[in-house]
Amino acid sequence: MKKSMLSTNKLIFEYIRRDEEGNVESIARALDEVSLEVKRGEFVAILGHNGSGKSTVAKHINALLSPTEGTVIVNGMDTKDEEHLWDIRRSAGMVFQNPDNQIIATVVEEDVAFGPENIGVPTEEIWRRVEESLTAVGMTAYRSHSPNKLSGGQKQRVAIAGIMAMRPECIILDEPTAMLDPVGRKEVMRTVHELNKNEGVTILLITHYMDEVIDADRVIVMDGGKVVMQGTPKEIFSQVERLKEYRLDVPQVTELAYELKKEGVPLPDGILTVQEFKTAYCAAKAKLEGAFV
Amino acid sequence: MIRDITIGQYYPVDSPIHRLDPRVKLSGTMLFLISLFVFSGYLGYVIATVFVGCVIKLSKVPFRYIVRGLRPVFFLLLITLLFNLLLTRNGEEVFSFWIIHIYDEGVIMAALMAVRLVLLVIGSSLMTFTTTPNQMTDGLEKGLGFLKKIRVPVHEIAMMMSIALRFIPILIEETDKIMKAQQARGADFESGRLLQRAKALVPLLVPLFVSAFRRANDLALAMEARCYHGGDGRTKMKPLRYQKRDAAAYLILFAYLGTVIGSGFLFR
Amino acid sequence: MIETEAKNRDLRECMVLDHVNYVYGAGTAYEKHALQDINLVLQSGEFIGLIGHTGSGKSTLVQHLNGLVAPTSGHIYYKGNDIGAADYNKKELRSKVGLVFQYPEHQLFETTVVKDVAFGPKNMGLSGLEADMRTFAALKEAGIGEELYDASPFELSGGQKRRVAIAGVLAMQPDILILDEPTAGLDPRGRDEILDRIAQIHREGNRTIILVSHSMEDVARYASRLIVMNGGRIFADGTPKEIFDAYQELEGIGLAAPQVTYLSEALKSAGISLPQNATTIEEAKELLLADWKGGRR
Repeated sequence: MKKSMLSTNKLIFEYIRRDEEGNVESIARALDEVSLEVKRGEFVAILGHNGSGKSTVAKHINALLSPTEGTVIVNGMDTKDEEHLWDIRRSAGMVFQNPDNQIIATVVEEDVAFGPENIGVPTEEIWRRVEESLTAVGMTAYRSHSPNKLSGGQKQRVAIAGIMAMRPECIILDEPTAMLDPVGRKEVMRTVHELNKNEGVTILLITHYMDEVIDADRVIVMDGGKVVMQGTPKEIFSQVERLKEYRLDVPQVTELAYELKKEGVPLPDGILTVQEFKTAYCAAKAKLEGAFV
Repeated sequence: MIRDITIGQYYPVDSPIHRLDPRVKLSGTMLFLISLFVFSGYLGYVIATVFVGCVIKLSKVPFRYIVRGLRPVFFLLLITLLFNLLLTRNGEEVFSFWIIHIYDEGVIMAALMAVRLVLLVIGSSLMTFTTTPNQMTDGLEKGLGFLKKIRVPVHEIAMMMSIALRFIPILIEETDKIMKAQQARGADFESGRLLQRAKALVPLLVPLFVSAFRRANDLALAMEARCYHGGDGRTKMKPLRYQKRDAAAYLILFAYLGTVIGSGFLFR
Repeated sequence: MIETEAKNRDLRECMVLDHVNYVYGAGTAYEKHALQDINLVLQSGEFIGLIGHTGSGKSTLVQHLNGLVAPTSGHIYYKGNDIGAADYNKKELRSKVGLVFQYPEHQLFETTVVKDVAFGPKNMGLSGLEADMRTFAALKEAGIGEELYDASPFELSGGQKRRVAIAGVLAMQPDILILDEPTAGLDPRGRDEILDRIAQIHREGNRTIILVSHSMEDVARYASRLIVMNGGRIFADGTPKEIFDAYQELEGIGLAAPQVTYLSEALKSAGISLPQNATTIEEAKELLLADWKGGRR
């Protein structure tokens, strides 16, 4: 059994709105007893529509928010523990949605160096890490460019390099592709998968694009601040009707197979790719023709 | 187009001047500007001009590029020139027409003033041509580090400057976009009286501020997530360290200052 | 010659682009030929999908259609009149050709939803009553419930904000409604709601729609005509079926066809030949059901 990278236990988070006198005006429960676990080296995706609470979970893991109730443990440290704050943020790096609003420096390599500089890494070591991180995301050629001249996907890769330079064990990506075009989305997803495979970084990907989660090891579906489904992509996408209830989508072939099955075509649940569909449909047809011969 | 504006017109080449420590360039520029007001006598002008000429040559910034930088101050130059020409009433009259009387000392004064102004502008723009905004903020942070002792937040100011430099182009682009979006809804930013024009800016400024605040919020979160907690215990990827060439530059600088001031006493 | 020709054409041709070029930053290091020899005829009532990857010139092209950007050379005619003519009323053009920018919620600025939507009609110099009528009609057309009319636009959800911004353009009652990636950043449900709303605006409001999109699935589902741009040029122009049948050419410029089109091709290679390639799920379902039932016979 692999070791736990991070976990939340009955995590509750409430936004409390106060009026001018400081009296509580309303309480909105953004997270409702969320318990989940991510193991070392895993690629886990959290799927949910806007406002389902998925980003709030992410901010807890990075200790940007502190639980109202329950606990969040990252790399064996409780996020409520002030003295571990910087260790937690260093070991669980976070990439945000808007690529522009997380790049600090006016030169790519200097931005990548920002994290290591903050945690007091010696100069020579910073150079080594910047080199490695830029190589890992394939942005070495742009090291002395201005971030303003890069495409959205490239900026997001620079942001990922900036996190990698802190040598995190885990990266949380909060809708990293929501503002990108298809080319940029592919670039970023490829980079994230490579980091998971080659560098062994644990990935927690938060998204509402279903095509980005089909290659994940495990998918967690959130709705209304709760975890409502958990399983492999195949298990999750077998339940088309339920996903639609949660305002989510499935790949075109998954939906097509589901629709055909409703019409009596014997196809299995949870078809995720064109190839799987083809194989399943051909098999079904062969069986049908065999029955008539 | 509005987005073509570039801030701090850095000219990217590799030259001995580019390689100098920004602190040298900052104090050098200051000293040079002071020298322009201290010297007297023609020789001072000659030395200062030769000095600037050498620096330009060393910096590898094309002369044309530098002259183009003079354009915005052209009118200032013209006005100074005219004032000196028309208002100096010493020496011999060389030209007279109606109420215009020009004296020879006026001509000389005007010429000298023009040279001084041109040298002033070129001297300070040479710094922006050869120093990236980043180096400049680094230079300020380290060069003014002594102010920390009297509780001036030097690091924070430098950080704010560099963030501003990063976001100015983004916000300019955003302004362009919001302007177009409002124009598509019939907004008119170009005509009307002053008050109307000011009012017309509301649909531009409100979204711009909202966006700037959202970005600031996002950025603060991102910085915190990357372990930013002020200047304490921070290391640098590119720390400023004086090299031999910087010492040499300081020597040349003081030599220049000495000659230029000394020249005033020699040939009075 | 072109001018008279354009004038004499059937009025159904509402927009004609004739050899339009656009170069920006001419003479500087940033010089870019953003549009190259664009020739297009847009018919009234069409639902056009405009596709191409970032930097292909889509956004520049749509900004030409309402006169926000003027071509470096070439002419654009709206209902037979050259919009580049010195005496042409640009303000009126902008109300007739409504342009909804990307992330349009970033343009909201008023204290209430109603006031914000009324900004356009007020700029057109309409009387109070007429402006109000248009405002409320637009709010309804964009599907905004009355309970939101007096809310601050900044307190709405992402999808609601976007619909308010679209209403702000609809309030000018444009003939042509151009939307630059109206679904960017929305979740699947929000995306479907906006697209269904746009389809309804097209159907019931009898407006010409130009939908700029990165999603092949979306344009295949809603558009009757696709214009593909690449490197500032028109790369292809035709029905979704025509465009996606040539999916290999699309891939050549970094684009792709909908997944069901690839499925049709994959089935073909397995000996299951459908009468045509599918472009939408509904179509694929029909074709496959027919094939399945055919196999049973």
